[in-house]
Amino acid sequence: MTDSLTLPRPVLAADGPDRLPRLLPAAGAVPADLGAHLDRYGSLRYAGGPGRLVAEVAAAGLTGRGGAAFPVARKLAAAAEAKPAVLVAGNGAEGEPASSKDRSLLWISPHLVLDGLQLAAEAAGSDTAVLYVQRNPRLHGRLAHAIAERAAAGIDAARIDLVPAPDRFLAGQESALVSRLTGKPARPAYRPAPGLPRLAPGRTALVQNVETLAHLALIARYGAAWFRLAGTEAEPGSMLVTLHLADGRASVTEVPLGIGLADLLGLDAAAGDAGDGTVPSAGGAARAVLVGGYHGAWLSAAEAARLPLANVALRPLGAVVGAGVVAALPADRCGLAETARVARYLALESAGQCGPCFNGLPRIAAALDHLAGPRPDQRARADLERWAGLVTGRGACHHPDGSVRFIRSALRVFAAEAGLHEQGQCTGTNPQPFLPLPAGRPASDADWS
Amino acid sequence: MEKRLRVNPVACAGHGACAELLPELITRDEWGYPIVADQPVPRGLRREARRAVSNCPALALALTRVA
Repeated sequence: MTDSLTLPRPVLAADGPDRLPRLLPAAGAVPADLGAHLDRYGSLRYAGGPGRLVAEVAAAGLTGRGGAAFPVARKLAAAAEAKPAVLVAGNGAEGEPASSKDRSLLWISPHLVLDGLQLAAEAAGSDTAVLYVQRNPRLHGRLAHAIAERAAAGIDAARIDLVPAPDRFLAGQESALVSRLTGKPARPAYRPAPGLPRLAPGRTALVQNVETLAHLALIARYGAAWFRLAGTEAEPGSMLVTLHLADGRASVTEVPLGIGLADLLGLDAAAGDAGDGTVPSAGGAARAVLVGGYHGAWLSAAEAARLPLANVALRPLGAVVGAGVVAALPADRCGLAETARVARYLALESAGQCGPCFNGLPRIAAALDHLAGPRPDQRARADLERWAGLVTGRGACHHPDGSVRFIRSALRVFAAEAGLHEQGQCTGTNPQPFLPLPAGRPASDADWS
Repeated sequence: MEKRLRVNPVACAGHGACAELLPELITRDEWGYPIVADQPVPRGLRREARRAVSNCPALALALTRVA
Protein backbone atom coordinates (compact mmCIF):
# COMPACT_ATOMS: atom_id res chain seq x y z
CA MET A 1 0.00 0.00 0.00
CA THR A 2 2.69 2.50 0.88
CA ASP A 3 4.25 2.18 -2.57
CA SER A 4 1.05 3.05 -4.38
CA LEU A 5 0.03 5.96 -2.19
CA THR A 6 1.52 9.34 -1.54
CA LEU A 7 0.94 9.87 2.12
CA PRO A 8 0.22 13.36 3.34
CA ARG A 9 2.27 14.97 6.06
CA PRO A 10 0.23 15.01 9.22
CA VAL A 11 -1.05 18.35 10.41
CA LEU A 12 -0.32 17.93 14.06
CA ALA A 13 1.21 20.31 16.54
CA ALA A 14 3.18 23.18 15.10
CA ASP A 15 6.40 21.58 16.22
CA GLY A 16 6.17 18.69 13.78
CA PRO A 17 4.76 15.23 13.19
CA ASP A 18 7.46 13.37 15.08
CA ARG A 19 6.46 15.15 18.26
CA LEU A 20 4.01 13.86 20.81
CA PRO A 21 1.21 13.94 21.63
CA ARG A 22 -0.39 12.36 18.60
CA LEU A 23 -3.68 11.22 20.13
CA LEU A 24 -4.28 13.91 22.73
CA PRO A 25 -4.35 17.67 22.14
CA ALA A 26 -0.98 19.40 22.37
CA ALA A 27 -2.20 21.83 25.01
CA GLY A 28 -5.30 21.77 27.16
CA ALA A 29 -7.87 19.00 27.15
CA VAL A 30 -10.50 20.48 24.87
CA PRO A 31 -12.77 17.76 23.47
CA ALA A 32 -12.54 17.70 19.69
CA ASP A 33 -15.75 18.00 17.66
CA LEU A 34 -15.73 16.66 14.11
CA GLY A 35 -14.63 19.99 12.60
CA ALA A 36 -11.66 20.37 14.94
CA HIS A 37 -10.76 16.72 14.40
CA LEU A 38 -10.72 17.07 10.60
CA ASP A 39 -8.77 20.34 10.82
CA ARG A 40 -6.07 18.63 12.79
CA TYR A 41 -5.78 15.26 11.10
CA GLY A 42 -7.43 15.65 7.71
CA SER A 43 -10.20 13.41 6.45
CA LEU A 44 -10.51 9.71 7.21
CA ARG A 45 -8.58 7.65 4.65
CA TYR A 46 -10.30 4.38 3.89
CA ALA A 47 -7.93 1.71 2.54
CA GLY A 48 -10.24 0.76 -0.33
CA GLY A 49 -11.31 -2.74 0.62
CA PRO A 50 -11.14 -5.56 3.17
CA GLY A 51 -7.63 -6.49 4.26
CA ARG A 52 -5.92 -3.68 2.37
CA LEU A 53 -4.75 -1.95 5.54
CA VAL A 54 -3.00 -5.08 6.84
CA ALA A 55 0.40 -4.57 5.17
CA GLU A 56 0.72 -0.98 6.38
CA VAL A 57 -0.21 -1.94 9.95
CA ALA A 58 2.25 -4.85 9.84
CA ALA A 59 5.00 -2.49 8.68
CA ALA A 60 4.10 -0.08 11.47
CA GLY A 61 4.41 -2.87 14.04
CA LEU A 62 1.33 -1.66 15.93
CA THR A 63 0.44 -3.85 18.90
CA GLY A 64 -2.74 -3.87 20.98
CA ARG A 65 -2.79 -1.14 23.63
CA GLY A 66 -5.31 -2.86 25.89
CA GLY A 67 -2.61 -4.80 27.73
CA ALA A 68 -1.77 -7.93 25.76
CA ALA A 69 0.36 -6.17 23.08
CA PHE A 70 -0.79 -8.62 20.39
CA PRO A 71 0.20 -7.68 16.82
CA VAL A 72 -2.77 -5.83 15.31
CA ALA A 73 -1.96 -6.80 11.71
CA ARG A 74 -2.37 -10.50 12.53
CA LYS A 75 -5.85 -9.95 13.96
CA LEU A 76 -6.84 -7.75 11.00
CA ALA A 77 -5.58 -10.38 8.54
CA ALA A 78 -7.53 -13.13 10.31
CA ALA A 79 -10.65 -10.95 10.29
CA ALA A 80 -10.26 -10.17 6.58
CA GLU A 81 -10.11 -13.90 5.81
CA ALA A 82 -12.89 -14.97 8.19
CA LYS A 83 -16.14 -16.10 6.61
CA PRO A 84 -18.90 -15.20 6.62
CA ALA A 85 -19.30 -12.36 9.08
CA VAL A 86 -17.07 -10.56 11.53
CA LEU A 87 -18.41 -8.23 14.18
CA VAL A 88 -15.92 -5.48 14.89
CA ALA A 89 -15.77 -4.13 18.43
CA GLY A 90 -13.85 -1.24 19.95
CA ASN A 91 -13.05 -2.07 23.56
CA GLY A 92 -13.25 0.86 25.97
CA ALA A 93 -14.37 -1.07 29.05
CA GLU A 94 -11.19 -0.16 30.97
CA GLY A 95 -12.00 -2.19 34.07
CA GLU A 96 -8.59 -1.50 35.60
CA PRO A 97 -9.24 0.97 38.46
CA ALA A 98 -5.78 2.55 38.16
CA SER A 99 -6.20 3.29 34.44
CA SER A 100 -8.10 6.19 32.95
CA LYS A 101 -6.39 6.54 29.56
CA ASP A 102 -9.19 4.96 27.50
CA ARG A 103 -11.94 7.14 28.93
CA SER A 104 -9.69 10.20 28.56
CA LEU A 105 -9.06 9.38 24.90
CA LEU A 106 -12.76 8.71 24.24
CA TRP A 107 -13.67 11.98 25.91
CA ILE A 108 -11.02 14.16 24.28
CA SER A 109 -10.52 12.54 20.85
CA PRO A 110 -13.62 10.43 20.16
CA HIS A 111 -13.38 10.86 16.40
CA LEU A 112 -9.92 9.32 16.27
CA VAL A 113 -11.31 6.17 17.89
CA LEU A 114 -14.39 6.21 15.64
CA ASP A 115 -12.14 6.61 12.56
CA GLY A 116 -10.17 3.56 13.68
CA LEU A 117 -13.36 1.60 14.23
CA GLN A 118 -14.45 2.41 10.66
CA LEU A 119 -11.08 1.25 9.34
CA ALA A 120 -11.19 -1.97 11.35
CA ALA A 121 -14.71 -2.63 10.02
CA GLU A 122 -13.50 -1.99 6.48
CA ALA A 123 -10.50 -4.32 6.99
CA ALA A 124 -12.87 -7.03 8.22
CA GLY A 125 -15.41 -6.43 5.47
CA SER A 126 -18.12 -5.56 7.98
CA ASP A 127 -20.82 -2.89 7.75
CA THR A 128 -21.54 -2.73 11.48
CA ALA A 129 -19.37 -2.14 14.50
CA VAL A 130 -19.79 -1.89 18.24
CA LEU A 131 -18.18 0.51 20.69
CA TYR A 132 -18.11 -1.12 24.13
CA VAL A 133 -17.59 1.55 26.79
CA GLN A 134 -17.81 1.63 30.56
CA ARG A 135 -21.18 2.68 31.92
CA ASN A 136 -20.84 6.44 32.25
CA PRO A 137 -23.80 8.56 31.10
CA ARG A 138 -21.73 11.66 30.29
CA LEU A 139 -19.23 9.69 28.23
CA HIS A 140 -21.98 7.77 26.43
CA GLY A 141 -23.78 11.04 25.69
CA ARG A 142 -20.63 12.53 24.23
CA LEU A 143 -19.95 9.46 22.08
CA ALA A 144 -23.55 9.34 20.85
CA HIS A 145 -23.17 12.99 19.85
CA ALA A 146 -19.91 12.26 17.99
CA ILE A 147 -21.53 9.34 16.14
CA ALA A 148 -24.45 11.60 15.18
CA GLU A 149 -22.02 14.29 13.91
CA ARG A 150 -20.45 11.70 11.62
CA ALA A 151 -23.80 10.42 10.40
CA ALA A 152 -24.78 14.00 9.52
CA ALA A 153 -21.51 14.44 7.62
CA GLY A 154 -21.95 11.07 5.90
CA ILE A 155 -18.36 9.94 6.50
CA ASP A 156 -19.04 6.54 8.05
CA ALA A 157 -19.28 3.33 6.03
CA ALA A 158 -20.22 1.12 8.98
CA ARG A 159 -23.02 1.67 11.49
CA ILE A 160 -21.76 2.02 15.05
CA ASP A 161 -23.70 0.86 18.11
CA LEU A 162 -22.77 1.92 21.62
CA VAL A 163 -22.85 -0.90 24.17
CA PRO A 164 -22.35 -0.21 27.90
CA ALA A 165 -19.81 -2.33 29.79
CA PRO A 166 -20.39 -3.31 33.42
CA ASP A 167 -18.06 -1.73 35.95
CA ARG A 168 -16.07 -4.89 36.65
CA PHE A 169 -12.33 -5.56 36.48
CA LEU A 170 -12.77 -8.35 33.93
CA ALA A 171 -15.51 -6.77 31.79
CA GLY A 172 -12.94 -5.71 29.19
CA GLN A 173 -11.49 -9.18 28.85
CA GLU A 174 -11.97 -10.11 25.17
CA SER A 175 -14.16 -13.15 25.77
CA ALA A 176 -16.22 -11.21 28.34
CA LEU A 177 -16.91 -8.54 25.74
CA VAL A 178 -17.93 -11.25 23.26
CA SER A 179 -20.27 -12.78 25.87
CA ARG A 180 -21.85 -9.38 26.43
CA LEU A 181 -22.41 -8.91 22.67
CA THR A 182 -24.23 -12.23 22.50
CA GLY A 183 -26.63 -11.07 25.22
CA LYS A 184 -25.02 -12.96 28.07
CA PRO A 185 -23.34 -11.54 31.22
CA ALA A 186 -19.95 -9.94 30.50
CA ARG A 187 -17.94 -12.72 32.09
CA PRO A 188 -14.86 -14.34 30.54
CA ALA A 189 -15.48 -17.57 28.63
CA TYR A 190 -13.40 -20.68 28.06
CA ARG A 191 -11.78 -20.58 24.63
CA PRO A 192 -9.91 -23.74 23.79
CA ALA A 193 -9.08 -22.76 20.19
CA PRO A 194 -6.67 -19.97 19.24
CA GLY A 195 -7.65 -17.22 16.81
CA LEU A 196 -10.49 -14.75 16.76
CA PRO A 197 -13.26 -15.34 19.32
CA ARG A 198 -16.52 -16.78 18.01
CA LEU A 199 -19.83 -15.05 18.63
CA ALA A 200 -21.91 -17.87 17.23
CA PRO A 201 -21.25 -20.72 14.79
CA GLY A 202 -19.66 -19.11 11.74
CA ARG A 203 -19.58 -15.65 13.29
CA THR A 204 -16.36 -14.26 14.70
CA ALA A 205 -15.41 -11.03 16.43
CA LEU A 206 -12.53 -8.62 15.93
CA VAL A 207 -11.90 -6.83 19.22
CA GLN A 208 -9.45 -3.96 19.49
CA ASN A 209 -8.78 -1.59 22.36
CA VAL A 210 -9.95 1.98 21.68
CA GLU A 211 -6.42 3.42 21.86
CA THR A 212 -5.27 0.80 19.35
CA LEU A 213 -8.04 2.02 17.01
CA ALA A 214 -6.88 5.61 17.40
CA HIS A 215 -3.34 4.62 16.35
CA LEU A 216 -4.88 2.71 13.42
CA ALA A 217 -6.60 5.91 12.28
CA LEU A 218 -3.25 7.72 12.21
CA ILE A 219 -1.33 4.90 10.51
CA ALA A 220 -3.97 4.88 7.74
CA ARG A 221 -3.40 8.61 7.27
CA TYR A 222 0.36 9.02 7.71
CA GLY A 223 1.83 5.55 7.20
CA ALA A 224 4.07 3.08 8.97
CA ALA A 225 7.30 5.08 8.72
CA TRP A 226 5.67 8.03 10.45
CA PHE A 227 4.30 5.76 13.19
CA ARG A 228 7.82 4.45 13.81
CA LEU A 229 9.21 7.95 14.41
CA ALA A 230 8.26 7.33 18.03
CA GLY A 231 9.13 4.28 20.13
CA THR A 232 11.76 1.60 19.64
CA GLU A 233 12.52 -0.78 16.77
CA ALA A 234 11.00 -3.73 18.67
CA GLU A 235 8.15 -1.74 20.27
CA PRO A 236 7.31 1.14 17.94
CA GLY A 237 4.95 4.06 18.39
CA SER A 238 3.57 6.01 21.29
CA MET A 239 1.17 4.94 24.00
CA LEU A 240 -1.10 6.51 26.56
CA VAL A 241 0.02 6.09 30.14
CA THR A 242 -1.91 6.66 33.34
CA LEU A 243 0.66 8.08 35.69
CA HIS A 244 0.33 8.12 39.48
CA LEU A 245 3.04 10.20 41.17
CA ALA A 246 4.10 9.55 44.75
CA ASP A 247 2.33 12.70 45.94
CA GLY A 248 -1.00 11.37 44.69
CA ARG A 249 -1.19 13.43 41.49
CA ALA A 250 -2.57 11.36 38.60
CA SER A 251 -2.55 12.18 34.90
CA VAL A 252 -2.88 10.64 31.47
CA THR A 253 0.04 11.36 29.20
CA GLU A 254 1.27 10.11 25.83
CA VAL A 255 4.82 8.82 25.70
CA PRO A 256 7.04 6.99 23.21
CA LEU A 257 7.41 3.30 24.05
CA GLY A 258 10.86 2.77 25.54
CA ILE A 259 10.84 6.01 27.54
CA GLY A 260 12.79 5.67 30.79
CA LEU A 261 10.66 5.14 33.88
CA ALA A 262 13.06 7.63 35.49
CA ASP A 263 11.97 10.27 32.94
CA LEU A 264 8.29 9.42 33.42
CA LEU A 265 8.37 9.65 37.21
CA GLY A 266 11.25 12.06 37.67
CA LEU A 267 13.17 9.35 39.53
CA ASP A 268 16.60 10.66 40.45
CA ALA A 269 18.74 7.61 39.76
CA ALA A 270 21.94 9.54 40.55
CA ALA A 271 20.74 10.38 44.05
CA GLY A 272 20.26 6.63 44.21
CA ASP A 273 19.22 4.54 47.08
CA ALA A 274 18.79 6.68 50.16
CA GLY A 275 19.77 3.65 52.25
CA ASP A 276 16.15 2.86 53.05
CA GLY A 277 15.34 1.66 49.52
CA THR A 278 13.63 4.89 48.49
CA VAL A 279 14.58 7.10 45.52
CA PRO A 280 13.69 10.80 45.06
CA SER A 281 11.02 11.38 42.39
CA ALA A 282 8.81 14.13 40.99
CA GLY A 283 6.22 13.43 43.67
CA GLY A 284 8.64 12.99 46.58
CA ALA A 285 10.54 9.92 47.77
CA ALA A 286 9.32 6.73 46.08
CA ARG A 287 9.60 3.30 47.68
CA ALA A 288 8.62 1.21 44.64
CA VAL A 289 6.98 1.47 41.22
CA LEU A 290 4.00 -0.51 39.98
CA VAL A 291 4.07 -1.08 36.21
CA GLY A 292 1.21 -2.61 34.21
CA GLY A 293 -1.58 -2.19 36.73
CA TYR A 294 -3.10 -4.84 39.00
CA HIS A 295 -2.12 -7.66 36.67
CA GLY A 296 1.34 -6.09 36.40
CA ALA A 297 4.27 -6.10 38.78
CA TRP A 298 6.12 -4.07 41.39
CA LEU A 299 9.70 -2.96 40.80
CA SER A 300 11.91 -1.48 43.48
CA ALA A 301 12.42 2.26 42.96
CA ALA A 302 16.11 1.63 42.18
CA GLU A 303 15.22 -0.98 39.52
CA ALA A 304 12.61 1.28 37.98
CA ALA A 305 15.10 4.15 37.79
CA ARG A 306 17.23 2.24 35.27
CA LEU A 307 14.48 0.55 33.21
CA PRO A 308 12.55 1.74 30.13
CA LEU A 309 8.82 1.35 29.58
CA ALA A 310 9.29 -1.59 27.18
CA ASN A 311 8.29 -5.23 27.47
CA VAL A 312 11.70 -6.43 26.30
CA ALA A 313 13.31 -4.84 29.37
CA LEU A 314 10.50 -5.41 31.87
CA ARG A 315 9.75 -9.10 31.19
CA PRO A 316 12.96 -10.45 32.76
CA LEU A 317 11.76 -8.90 36.03
CA GLY A 318 8.28 -10.35 35.63
CA ALA A 319 6.75 -6.98 34.70
CA VAL A 320 4.84 -5.86 31.59
CA VAL A 321 3.86 -2.57 30.01
CA GLY A 322 0.25 -3.80 30.00
CA ALA A 323 -2.30 -1.04 29.53
CA GLY A 324 0.20 1.60 30.63
CA VAL A 325 -0.41 2.10 34.34
CA VAL A 326 2.68 3.43 36.12
CA ALA A 327 2.43 4.26 39.83
CA ALA A 328 5.12 5.42 42.26
CA LEU A 329 4.49 4.22 45.81
CA PRO A 330 5.34 6.98 48.29
CA ALA A 331 7.95 6.25 50.94
CA ASP A 332 5.44 6.57 53.79
CA ARG A 333 3.28 3.64 52.61
CA CYS A 334 3.71 -0.08 53.29
CA GLY A 335 3.91 -1.97 49.99
CA LEU A 336 2.60 -5.18 51.56
CA ALA A 337 -0.47 -3.43 52.98
CA GLU A 338 -1.16 -1.74 49.63
CA THR A 339 -0.82 -5.03 47.74
CA ALA A 340 -3.01 -6.87 50.24
CA ARG A 341 -5.75 -4.29 49.78
CA VAL A 342 -5.65 -4.70 45.99
CA ALA A 343 -5.40 -8.50 46.28
CA ARG A 344 -8.66 -8.51 48.24
CA TYR A 345 -10.28 -6.50 45.45
CA LEU A 346 -8.91 -8.89 42.79
CA ALA A 347 -10.30 -11.88 44.69
CA LEU A 348 -13.73 -10.24 44.79
CA GLU A 349 -13.47 -9.49 41.08
CA SER A 350 -13.09 -13.16 40.18
CA ALA A 351 -16.00 -13.97 37.89
CA GLY A 352 -16.63 -16.95 40.16
CA GLN A 353 -16.62 -19.44 37.32
CA CYS A 354 -13.39 -21.42 37.63
CA GLY A 355 -12.83 -23.47 40.79
CA PRO A 356 -9.12 -22.76 41.27
CA CYS A 357 -9.70 -18.99 40.86
CA PHE A 358 -12.73 -18.54 43.14
CA ASN A 359 -11.23 -20.86 45.76
CA GLY A 360 -7.63 -19.76 45.49
CA LEU A 361 -7.70 -15.98 45.15
CA PRO A 362 -9.64 -15.26 48.39
CA ARG A 363 -7.28 -17.56 50.32
CA ILE A 364 -4.22 -15.94 48.73
CA ALA A 365 -5.60 -12.49 49.56
CA ALA A 366 -6.27 -13.50 53.17
CA ALA A 367 -2.75 -14.93 53.53
CA LEU A 368 -1.24 -11.73 52.13
CA ASP A 369 -3.39 -9.66 54.48
CA HIS A 370 -1.98 -11.72 57.34
CA LEU A 371 1.60 -11.22 56.08
CA ALA A 372 0.95 -7.46 55.90
CA GLY A 373 0.11 -7.45 59.61
CA PRO A 374 2.47 -7.65 62.63
CA ARG A 375 4.31 -10.92 63.47
CA PRO A 376 2.62 -13.11 60.89
CA ASP A 377 2.48 -16.88 61.26
CA GLN A 378 5.07 -18.26 58.83
CA ARG A 379 2.64 -20.89 57.59
CA ALA A 380 0.82 -18.06 55.78
CA ARG A 381 3.80 -17.60 53.46
CA ALA A 382 3.97 -21.32 52.60
CA ASP A 383 0.21 -21.47 52.08
CA LEU A 384 0.32 -18.43 49.80
CA GLU A 385 3.10 -19.95 47.67
CA ARG A 386 1.24 -23.26 47.36
CA TRP A 387 -2.05 -21.61 46.40
CA ALA A 388 -0.30 -19.30 43.94
CA GLY A 389 1.08 -22.39 42.21
CA LEU A 390 -2.35 -24.04 42.22
CA VAL A 391 -4.28 -21.22 40.57
CA THR A 392 -1.73 -20.31 37.87
CA GLY A 393 -2.73 -21.38 34.37
CA ARG A 394 -6.01 -22.92 35.52
CA GLY A 395 -8.54 -20.23 34.70
CA ALA A 396 -10.54 -19.61 31.54
CA CYS A 397 -9.01 -16.12 31.51
CA HIS A 398 -5.75 -14.69 32.83
CA HIS A 399 -7.21 -13.32 36.07
CA PRO A 400 -5.55 -15.89 38.35
CA ASP A 401 -2.23 -15.64 36.48
CA GLY A 402 -2.20 -11.84 36.43
CA SER A 403 -3.23 -11.57 40.09
CA VAL A 404 -0.51 -14.01 41.13
CA ARG A 405 2.10 -12.15 39.10
CA PHE A 406 1.19 -8.92 40.93
CA ILE A 407 1.21 -10.55 44.38
CA ARG A 408 4.46 -12.47 43.84
CA SER A 409 6.18 -9.29 42.67
CA ALA A 410 5.20 -7.67 45.98
CA LEU A 411 6.75 -10.54 47.96
CA ARG A 412 9.97 -10.09 45.96
CA VAL A 413 10.19 -6.28 46.05
CA PHE A 414 8.94 -5.92 49.64
CA ALA A 415 10.95 -8.86 51.05
CA ALA A 416 12.79 -6.58 53.51
CA GLU A 417 9.44 -5.13 54.60
CA ALA A 418 8.14 -8.67 55.20
CA GLY A 419 11.18 -9.26 57.41
CA LEU A 420 10.31 -6.18 59.47
CA HIS A 421 6.72 -7.36 59.86
CA GLU A 422 8.02 -10.64 61.30
CA GLN A 423 9.61 -8.55 64.04
CA GLY A 424 6.42 -6.60 64.56
CA GLN A 425 7.61 -3.50 62.68
CA CYS A 426 6.47 -1.67 59.55
CA THR A 427 7.96 1.21 57.55
CA GLY A 428 4.51 2.50 56.60
CA THR A 429 3.62 5.58 58.62
CA ASN A 430 0.61 6.67 56.57
CA PRO A 431 -2.42 4.37 56.78
CA GLN A 432 -4.27 6.24 54.01
CA PRO A 433 -4.85 3.95 50.96
CA PHE A 434 -2.74 4.95 47.95
CA LEU A 435 -3.54 2.72 44.95
CA PRO A 436 -6.99 3.56 43.56
CA LEU A 437 -9.87 1.10 44.00
CA PRO A 438 -13.55 1.62 43.19
CA ALA A 439 -15.64 2.83 46.10
CA GLY A 440 -18.20 0.37 47.41
CA ARG A 441 -18.77 -3.17 46.25
CA PRO A 442 -20.71 -4.63 43.36
CA ALA A 443 -24.14 -5.41 44.74
CA SER A 444 -24.70 -8.80 43.19
CA ASP A 445 -24.04 -11.23 40.39
CA ALA A 446 -26.39 -9.19 38.22
CA ASP A 447 -23.69 -6.52 37.98
CA TRP A 448 -22.08 -8.42 35.11
CA SER A 449 -24.60 -7.27 32.52
CA MET B 1 -0.80 -38.09 16.53
CA GLU B 2 -0.46 -36.73 20.05
CA LYS B 3 -3.52 -36.37 22.25
CA ARG B 4 -3.91 -34.33 25.38
CA LEU B 5 -6.57 -33.98 28.06
CA ARG B 6 -7.99 -30.50 28.53
CA VAL B 7 -10.34 -29.24 31.25
CA ASN B 8 -12.89 -26.53 30.57
CA PRO B 9 -12.43 -24.71 33.91
CA VAL B 10 -15.77 -22.87 33.62
CA ALA B 11 -17.77 -26.06 33.12
CA CYS B 12 -15.79 -28.14 35.65
CA ALA B 13 -17.61 -28.47 38.98
CA GLY B 14 -14.98 -30.63 40.67
CA HIS B 15 -16.99 -33.87 40.74
CA GLY B 16 -13.70 -35.79 40.61
CA ALA B 17 -14.80 -38.68 38.38
CA CYS B 18 -11.85 -38.07 36.05
CA ALA B 19 -9.29 -38.38 38.84
CA GLU B 20 -10.86 -41.67 39.98
CA LEU B 21 -10.84 -43.14 36.48
CA LEU B 22 -7.41 -41.87 35.45
CA PRO B 23 -5.26 -41.35 38.55
CA GLU B 24 -2.13 -41.85 36.39
CA LEU B 25 -2.73 -38.45 34.73
CA ILE B 26 -5.24 -36.59 36.88
CA THR B 27 -4.99 -35.58 40.53
CA ARG B 28 -7.19 -33.21 42.51
CA ASP B 29 -6.22 -29.96 44.19
CA GLU B 30 -7.22 -29.24 47.78
CA TRP B 31 -10.58 -27.90 46.60
CA GLY B 32 -11.35 -30.97 44.51
CA TYR B 33 -10.61 -29.57 41.06
CA PRO B 34 -8.58 -31.66 38.62
CA ILE B 35 -4.90 -31.09 37.92
CA VAL B 36 -4.04 -32.69 34.60
CA ALA B 37 -0.46 -33.85 34.04
CA ASP B 38 1.27 -31.61 31.51
CA GLN B 39 2.05 -34.41 29.04
CA PRO B 40 0.46 -36.22 26.09
CA VAL B 41 -1.79 -39.18 26.91
CA PRO B 42 0.34 -42.32 26.46
CA ARG B 43 -1.08 -44.89 24.00
CA GLY B 44 -1.60 -47.40 26.81
CA LEU B 45 -3.93 -44.98 28.65
CA ARG B 46 -6.05 -43.84 25.68
CA ARG B 47 -8.97 -46.12 26.60
CA GLU B 48 -8.99 -44.90 30.24
CA ALA B 49 -8.72 -41.31 29.02
CA ARG B 50 -11.75 -41.73 26.77
CA ARG B 51 -13.68 -43.24 29.70
CA ALA B 52 -12.77 -40.30 31.91
CA VAL B 53 -14.00 -37.92 29.21
CA SER B 54 -17.32 -39.68 28.70
CA ASN B 55 -17.91 -40.04 32.46
CA CYS B 56 -17.47 -36.37 33.32
CA PRO B 57 -20.88 -35.26 34.66
CA ALA B 58 -20.17 -31.65 33.62
CA LEU B 59 -18.89 -32.52 30.13
CA ALA B 60 -15.82 -30.48 31.07
CA LEU B 61 -13.09 -32.88 30.00
CA ALA B 62 -11.92 -33.27 26.41
CA LEU B 63 -9.31 -35.34 24.63
CA THR B 64 -7.85 -33.08 21.98
CA ARG B 65 -5.43 -33.63 19.14
CA VAL B 66 -2.23 -31.67 19.30
CA ALA B 67 -0.47 -31.00 16.03
